[in-house]
Amino acid sequence: MAKDYTLEKRKYVIGGFISVIVIIFLIRLFNLQVSDGTYKENAESNAFFRKVLYPSRGLIYDRNGRLVVLNQPEYDVMLIPKDLGGQFDTLGLCEVLNISKEELMEKWADMKNPRKNPGYSAYTPQKLMSHLSQEDYGRLQEKLYLFPGFYVQKRNVREYATHSAANILGNIREVNAKDVENDRYYRSGDYTGDLGVEKSYEPFLRGVKGVEILMKDALGRIKGKYEDGVHDVIPVAGRDLTLGIDMDLQEYGERLMQGKIGAIVAIEPQTGEILCMVSSPTYDPSLLVGSGRGKNYATLVADKYKPLYDRALQGAYPPGSTFKPTQGLIFLQEGTITPATSYPCYHGYVNGLRVGCHSHGSPIPLKPAIATSCNAYFCWGFKNFVDRRGSTPTAQFEKWKNYMVEMGYGYRLGVDLPSESRGFIPNPEFYSKSFRGRNWSANSIISVSIGQGEVLATPLQIANLAATIANRGWFITPHVVKEVSDTVIDAKYREKRRPSIKKEYYEQIAEGMRMAVTGGTCRLANLPGLEVCGKTGTAQNPHGKDHSAFMGFAPLSNPKIAVAVYVENAGFGATYGVPIGSLIIEKYLNGSIAPERQYLEERMFNSNTIITSGVKKH
Amino acid sequence: MESKNIDANTSVFRWLDWPTIILYLILVVAGAVSIYAASYDFDRASMFDFNEFSGKQFLWIGLSLVIGCAILLFDYRIYETYAYPVYICVLLIMVVTIFVAPDIKGSRSWLVLGPVSIQPAEFGKFATALALAKLFNSYNFVLNQKISNYCRAFIIIFIPVALILLQHETGSALVYISLFFVLYREGMSGLVLFSAICAITYFVVAVKYVEPLLLGLPVGEFVVFCMIIAVFSCMLLFYCKDAIISRNVLIGFLGSGLIVTALSLSGVSVPGLWYFIGIIVAALIYVSIAMYRHQIERYVVTLIFAASSVVFLLSVNYVFGNVLEPHQQMRIKVALGIVDDIRGFGYNVNQSKIAIGSGGMTGKGFLNGTQTKLKYVPEQHTDFIFCTIGEEEGFLGSSAVLLAFLALILRIIHIAERQRTPFGRVYAYCVVSYLIFHLCINIGMVIGLCPVIGIPLPFFSYGGSALWSFTILLFILLRIDASRKERRD
Repeated sequence: MAKDYTLEKRKYVIGGFISVIVIIFLIRLFNLQVSDGTYKENAESNAFFRKVLYPSRGLIYDRNGRLVVLNQPEYDVMLIPKDLGGQFDTLGLCEVLNISKEELMEKWADMKNPRKNPGYSAYTPQKLMSHLSQEDYGRLQEKLYLFPGFYVQKRNVREYATHSAANILGNIREVNAKDVENDRYYRSGDYTGDLGVEKSYEPFLRGVKGVEILMKDALGRIKGKYEDGVHDVIPVAGRDLTLGIDMDLQEYGERLMQGKIGAIVAIEPQTGEILCMVSSPTYDPSLLVGSGRGKNYATLVADKYKPLYDRALQGAYPPGSTFKPTQGLIFLQEGTITPATSYPCYHGYVNGLRVGCHSHGSPIPLKPAIATSCNAYFCWGFKNFVDRRGSTPTAQFEKWKNYMVEMGYGYRLGVDLPSESRGFIPNPEFYSKSFRGRNWSANSIISVSIGQGEVLATPLQIANLAATIANRGWFITPHVVKEVSDTVIDAKYREKRRPSIKKEYYEQIAEGMRMAVTGGTCRLANLPGLEVCGKTGTAQNPHGKDHSAFMGFAPLSNPKIAVAVYVENAGFGATYGVPIGSLIIEKYLNGSIAPERQYLEERMFNSNTIITSGVKKH
Repeated sequence: MESKNIDANTSVFRWLDWPTIILYLILVVAGAVSIYAASYDFDRASMFDFNEFSGKQFLWIGLSLVIGCAILLFDYRIYETYAYPVYICVLLIMVVTIFVAPDIKGSRSWLVLGPVSIQPAEFGKFATALALAKLFNSYNFVLNQKISNYCRAFIIIFIPVALILLQHETGSALVYISLFFVLYREGMSGLVLFSAICAITYFVVAVKYVEPLLLGLPVGEFVVFCMIIAVFSCMLLFYCKDAIISRNVLIGFLGSGLIVTALSLSGVSVPGLWYFIGIIVAALIYVSIAMYRHQIERYVVTLIFAASSVVFLLSVNYVFGNVLEPHQQMRIKVALGIVDDIRGFGYNVNQSKIAIGSGGMTGKGFLNGTQTKLKYVPEQHTDFIFCTIGEEEGFLGSSAVLLAFLALILRIIHIAERQRTPFGRVYAYCVVSYLIFHLCINIGMVIGLCPVIGIPLPFFSYGGSALWSFTILLFILLRIDASRKERRD
C-alpha cells in the first residue's frame, strides 16, 4: 500500500510536541532544583514536622444554662520512630509509664501493625500510648529528656458534670479505619462522637483542626516554625450546644425509673424541645471516658438489660390505650362519629368476637370513653370506619394508615439523635399478605384500634402525640438540641407539622383526657391547680406482665409539658405510668413535689419491676 | 512444522527492536528501585516490617517479562485477527467491573480476584489501540474520505471512555483523549489539535487570573483577548499567507491599543470588554472585505476561528460563574491552583515541589531523601514517584529519566513510521499517544505545572495493572514490528 508522504511529515509535529514538553519540564526542573535555592535551603538536612493542634470540642449546656459536658486534658505518648534510631531505654520507659514490659511491647507492635494503624510511617509522629493520666504525665514530662524522640501530645477528652443522660449525650471514641476512609477530616488517633448528640452533631462539635509546621534538624530537635508560621493553620474550636433538656428533670426522671425497665419522654409542646428523655436502665456517661472505656464498654454491651439501648427512641412497644386518642381523632375527622355518638359496652365489644372491657356506664359518648378507656367504644368506631358502606376495608385502612403517619407514627419522627426506631404501622398490603389474599374486615384486625396487635410505637412517638393534642393539632419535630452557637438549628426543628385533622376534634380529645384525670383512669395525676390531662395505657405483650404506660400534658389550656411514660412489665397504666408521669409534670411545673404526694415519689424511687420483667435470667 | 516454528521464533528475536527493549528495562528497573527508596523504612531490618512495595514491584516486573515473552512467541497475525474480540472482551470486563467492584474512595474500578486486585481500565488501553489499528487497516480506509470513518474511530475511542467515567476514574478516562494524536497522524486536520490547545489555554488563563483588573477586565481575560488577536494575526500570516492584511490588522490593534492606553492613563475610563469586542469585530469586517477571493476557504476558517474564540471566552466566564455549582467551581479552582487546598492535593504538590527542589544538581543520594518520606499522602510510591527520583537523584537523575522517556517515545515514532501496514503504524501511534499523555500529566503534576490528575508514571509507579498494561502495549508493538521482515520473505 502506498504511503501518504504528506501525512508522514506529521511525525515531526508529534515528535516536536513531546520534545518541547520535555524541554519545558527540564527547564522547570532546573529552576526548581538548581537555580532556585529556596527549596534546597528549606530542606537542607531539615525536615518538616507537622504538629496537629487539636481544637477544643464544643461544650454542652442544658436548657437552663447548666454546663453538662466539658473538656478535660488527657495526654498521649507520641514518638517518631526514625528519631529513636531503633533504640531506647525500654525498662526505664516502662517504669515511668507504670506498665509492664509485655504491655509496652504489645503497644509497640500495635503501633507498627499496618492493620491496626494504617497511617504508620517511621518518619511521622506515631501514637504509642493514649489516656495518660495527669499524674503519669507529670512523671513522664520530668523524665522526657531521657527518651529522645518521644514527646507528649495534649488532647481533650470529655468530662461530665452529671451521672445522667448518657443516652442523650453520647460519648467520644477513637476513630476506626472506616471513619478515616469515609471522612478526610480524620486521621488515625482522632476522636469522633459515638451515640447521642456527640454523634449527630459531630460536625459542629469537633471544630477544625489546626496544624503547626515546625522545622527539625537531623537529630530531631525542633528548630522553630517554618517560614515564621505563615503556613500554620489555627484550630477553630467546636461549637457549643444548648440542649432543650432540663437536666434536673432528667436526673429526677432517672431516679423515678430506678429498678424499672422503660422510658420517659417529656416535650415542650410549643417548641418540640425534648425536656427529658429517660431510658432505663442507663449508665453513667463517665464510664466511657479515658483508659477504662474499652473494658466498660464491653461490660455495657454484655449487660442483659441492655443499658446502651435507648428505649425512649429505639424501643418499639405496643402503645396500648395511649393509642385511643388517635382513633377518636380519625373517626371524628372521617365523620364516623360525632362528639355525641354513643356506643354500647357490654363489658367489652361483642360482635362475633369479644374484646373485653372493664365496668363503666353504657352506652357512652367519646369523652367518657376516653376517660374510662373503653375498649368497646373504639372497636365499634373502628368497625364502622373500616367497614364503611360504599368503600372497601383496603381503601379505608389506607386512609387510616395515612392519618397515623401524619401523626408521626410508623416512620422515624426525625429526632436529632442517631438510631431512632420507626415503630410500626401496618398498611393494607401488609394485611393482604398476612391473610394470604383472603378477605379481611374490621373484625380481623380489631385489636389495632386499641393499640394492640401489629401496631408498635416508640415512647418518643407517644410523647409526640401528647404534644400534638396539647397544641390542638400541630407539632414540631421533637429535638434535643435547642441551640448551636453561632448558627441556627436545622429548619425542620422550627417548622410546624399539621396532621389533617381539625382543631376542634383535638379539643374534644383534650377534654376527654382531662376527664380521665378528674374522674377516670388517671385520678392519681389530679394535681391541684395544674389541670393535668392524661391517658393511661396497659399493653399486653408476649414477654410477661402487661406494660404500664401513660401519656399526658398539662395544663389543659396553654400546655407547658407533654409527657409519655412506658414501664415494661409493670402492670396497669395507673400503677406506674400515671404516678411517674404526674410526678414529672409536677416537678417540672411546680419545681417540687407537694408533701401529700411525697409518698408516691418515695414509692416510685424504691419500687422494682425488673424482677417481673421479661428479661431472662442467664 | 516444528523447524518452521523455531525459525519464526529466532527471526522474532533477530528482528526485535533492541533499543526499545533496553530502554524499557532501564525504566522498569529504575522504577522498582525508586519504589524501594520511596517506601524505604530505616528500621526495616530490626523490626519484622519487610519492605512490601518494592518487593512486590519486582514480582510484577518478573511477571511482566513472562507476559512480554509470551506475547513475542505468538504469531503477529493473531493480534490483528483478534483485535475486535479482544476489544469487546475487555469492554465486557469493564462493564462487569462497574457492578461488582467495591467502592474505593468513590471509584469502582478495581476488580478483586482473591488476593490480587486488577484495574481493567488499564487493559482498555491496548484493547482500544488494537481495535483502532484494525479499523484503520480496513480495506481502502482513509480517515478523511468519509465522515462515517471519523464516527467509527470516535465510537471505538469513546466507549471505553464512557465505561471508565462510569467507574469514576476521570483521570484514566482522560488518557484516551490523547488518541487524537493518532487521528491527527492519519489525516485529521491540524486545526482540531490547535483549537484544543487554544481552548485549554484560554480557559485556564481566563479562569485562573482574575486579579488585578485591566481596563475593567480581569487580567486573565485581558490576556486572552490579546492572545486571540495574536493568533488571528498569525493565522492570517502563516495560514492564509497574507502578509499585508496581517500587517494592517496588527497595526490597527497596536494603534488603537496605544490610544486606549493613553486615554486610560489620562484618567478616562475605557470599558475594556467593549473595546476588544469592537476592535475584533472591526478587524473581522475589514478582513472579510479585503481578503483575496481565490483563497476564500482559509480566510473563512480564520474568521470563524477568531469569532468563536471570542464567543468561547465570553461563555467561559458565564458558564463558570453562573452555571456551575459553587463546589464544582471550587474543585476547578483547586485543580488550577487558584485556591490552596491545605489538606488536599494543594499541600501535596507543594510538598512535592519542595522534595524535588531539595534534590539539587546531584541529589541527596540513594535512600537519603527525607522529604519524600515525610509526606502524609499515600501516593508517594504511585502517582508521585517522580518526587523520590527528583530528591534522591537530583537534576541529573530526573533529567536522565525524562530523556529516557523522550528517547523511548521518539524511538516508537520511528518504529511506527517504518511499519508497512496501517495496522502497525496506527497501533504504534496509539502507544506513543498514551506515553505522551501519561508523561506530560504525571510529571507536569508533580512539578506543579498541571492540575493534579491521578494517573501513574508509566513503568515507574507502583502497581501491577499499570505496569502490565504498558508492557503488553509495548511488547505487542515489538512483536508486530519484528514481523516487518517476515512478510518480505
